Amino acid sequence: MAQLEVEIVAADHFVWSGAAKMVKGRTSDGEIGILPGHAPLLAILAEGELAIEPVDGARISVTVDGGFFSVDSDRVVIVADNAQLHDAAGSANTGIR
Amino acid sequence: MGAQIRVYRQKITSTTSMRKIFKAMELIATSRIGKARARVASSLPYANAITRAVSAVASQSEIDHPLTTEPEQIRRAAVVIVTSDRGLAGSYSAGVLKQAEALRELLTAEGKEIEYYLIGRKAQAYFDFRGREYVRVWTGGTDAPEFKTAREVGAAVLTAFATDYEKGGVDEIHVVSTRFQSMVVQVPTVVRLLPLEVVEEQAASAEDLLPLYEFEPETEKVLDALLPRYIESRIFNAFLQAAASELAARQRAMKSAGDNATDLIKKYTRLRNTARQAEITQELSEIVAGADALSAS
Repeated sequence: MAQLEVEIVAADHFVWSGAAKMVKGRTSDGEIGILPGHAPLLAILAEGELAIEPVDGARISVTVDGGFFSVDSDRVVIVADNAQLHDAAGSANTGIR
Repeated sequence: MGAQIRVYRQKITSTTSMRKIFKAMELIATSRIGKARARVASSLPYANAITRAVSAVASQSEIDHPLTTEPEQIRRAAVVIVTSDRGLAGSYSAGVLKQAEALRELLTAEGKEIEYYLIGRKAQAYFDFRGREYVRVWTGGTDAPEFKTAREVGAAVLTAFATDYEKGGVDEIHVVSTRFQSMVVQVPTVVRLLPLEVVEEQAASAEDLLPLYEFEPETEKVLDALLPRYIESRIFNAFLQAAASELAARQRAMKSAGDNATDLIKKYTRLRNTARQAEITQELSEIVAGADALSAS
């Protein structure tokens, strides 16, 4: 099955990248879910939480306070002003510096 | 004679203590430069993603957005000058200011007014000394820039850009800063941020052609949200490169200053030894002459 290539970047550092089955986010119009094969899209992210379901491993959630994301041939680039990564255990860290 | 030796001793002592300062500053610059370069590298994914997105929106949609269309007549320009807070970095700040001066001549020749936004105490001192006006200045932390400052600068210039000329707004935005090419090459450059010039550069290869995007919520709203971020990220990137350049320039300047101090110490030591020897020789010949005069009588 096709999978998504996800990349999350914040203004001054790289946050996360990897393969995923699904990405769920919130735009200014409402929630949106991205599955492999989605049409190219450029959307504005609203403040809130993003959920990513990686191919292996537990679901990852990222808190962003605005930004945008683009989808283009199964490549999802999430550009956030400020992103906070939470792993499955619920502990928060600011990503890899 | 004795006075001469004392003068040389003083010079040696002061040069030695200066060399200590130069060495310390060189070491500090060296240790920070790696981090500064890493920050430039880690801001790249964001800058690339945002540039790609802006090109995507601007290239395929025939939209009339104030930020992308060039006004017929440019009457006033905003110039952001990025210098350092501290000196002892060789010609780093002077190079940027020279570039800014050239831009000033160019813009004035085209009949444009200029508004200045300054970063760093060196630029502020330069403008204050010449009694020139500037709109705003940001100082502190030029060698470790924060995104917050870049956002403030971006907001300030965008507000000026959005204002009409009649009300004191500007029609274009330039940034003068230093681009970090390598440890030995840093080039002061002028970049025009607005109106946008980004679109043409992007469509380089055929396989890199941008797909037809859908926009959510609307093209114009997307552009509204993207462009300030794009400007901020460009300014932030300029800051980071400037910081890396500043540290590299300082490291080089301090290295040559330390080397020169070493040479001077060597020279003064030689002169001091010669002076001491001359004094001893003179004393000896005086004693011999005295003894000769006594035995002759």
